[in-house]
Amino acid sequence: MAVLARASGEEIAALMPKLPAHERLRAPETGLVMVRGRAGGDGNAFNLGEMTVTRCAVRLGETVGHAYVAGRDKRQAELAAVLDAALQDPARRDALMASVIAPLETRQNAAREADARRAAATKVEFLAMQTTR
Amino acid sequence: MYVAVKGGERAISAAHAWLDETRRGDPALPELTVAQIEQQMPLAVDRVMAEGSCHDRFLAALAIKQAKGDLIEAAFLLRAYRTTLPRFGVSDPLETDAMRIRRRISATYKDLPGGQVLGPTYDYTHRLLDFALAAEGAERAEAPQSEVPAGAVPRVTELLAREGLMQREEATDAEPGDLTREPLAFPAARPVRLQNLARGDEGFLLALGYSTQRGYGGNHPFVGEVRVGHVTVEFTPPELGFPIELGEIGITECQMVNQFKGSRTEPPQFTRGYGLTFGHGERRAMSMALVDRALRATELGEDVTAPAQDHEFVLYHSDNIEATGFVEHLKLPHYVDFQSELENLRTIRAALAREAMQEAAE
Repeated sequence: MAVLARASGEEIAALMPKLPAHERLRAPETGLVMVRGRAGGDGNAFNLGEMTVTRCAVRLGETVGHAYVAGRDKRQAELAAVLDAALQDPARRDALMASVIAPLETRQNAAREADARRAAATKVEFLAMQTTR
Repeated sequence: MYVAVKGGERAISAAHAWLDETRRGDPALPELTVAQIEQQMPLAVDRVMAEGSCHDRFLAALAIKQAKGDLIEAAFLLRAYRTTLPRFGVSDPLETDAMRIRRRISATYKDLPGGQVLGPTYDYTHRLLDFALAAEGAERAEAPQSEVPAGAVPRVTELLAREGLMQREEATDAEPGDLTREPLAFPAARPVRLQNLARGDEGFLLALGYSTQRGYGGNHPFVGEVRVGHVTVEFTPPELGFPIELGEIGITECQMVNQFKGSRTEPPQFTRGYGLTFGHGERRAMSMALVDRALRATELGEDVTAPAQDHEFVLYHSDNIEATGFVEHLKLPHYVDFQSELENLRTIRAALAREAMQEAAE
């Protein structure tokens, strides 16, 4: 689900052109989640501010799939909910992991890796200055 | 007092039509897209999200476009929009020590685990206008990349706390107050203060933070650490009962290290001022941290002598949306109020004139 939460609806749809027939238990709906921080980073919780989140729940056969994803992409929320249900089915799990989740994860990891490498290039290497007397 | 008056509909609708036209500017130039604002004015987007107290990059960019670049108006639009959405719940507190770091600097230690990572910063630029940017379609050099060093990036405050030199933060499971649900009450608890500062006006926070440096309630600050990067937001939906990842958001955190003389119960040690904000906002996070520490004066047994230490003064005036509402409401018709003032003044002046006449006659 973490991978699907970071992918756009368009990206997921491109890897999953045929959406399995499903029933919407809760149509995609956008709302807010209050994001919390901690005083000093590790103290008491406080409310930092809200973020938009879209949720969806579907039934796929006997299985129920849920999704909560950051932002307002309704297509992403619905696809993530369908995949959440489908991935609970051992008969489909491996195929979907290979065809949808793995490629998305590879792409996301590459983007994070590039970001980390750009940050690493800006790390300061201190040189001791020659002191003159 | 306001009086219901009719009229002005035609004038208002013409004014709004002209507003639309001025927003568009010269139609011979291509129109700005929301995606362009989101991508190419990221710091404006970040500020609007912080002051609008709602993380959504696209909506913040749209608000900036609609407000013609007036960032307070844009934050106002975003705040208004958020009231139309239901709230699904609250996230688990962010784990900022697990941040995917783009920038991390400390002014207290030169060599520290994780090192000094400059990230995409304006620091060390010469602040000379770059006319190359005025040319369209210029080739830009790609940012260099290098091997990512292994190892964690611990908090500077934790390094000091382990030595017993930094006051530990109180950490309980207490449910924090929420300004979007309950009005401010005094004395305000620290979580409520931090929420208020997190969405406060950057200029106000900056000026107050600056005032503490200039001696109005000084607390000798050092930047223990500023870190900018991405954190995962986790949320536990009630129907699932376990935490799931909603995605990642960009944030800036500042840990300000301040002297503390000690008290009857506590030895001399360092204390923290804390700043946290959506997006990349170092000035904002640093100012927030300075003001947070100043507001802790009472609980640390320090004298309250300066504006930045005064809870009511700071917390009642930090919100630029409330402030702009009250200042700008002065534009509304005050015809009857003013008539009564005018009447009053004329009566007083007439009485004075009569007295003067009488004195002259005597």
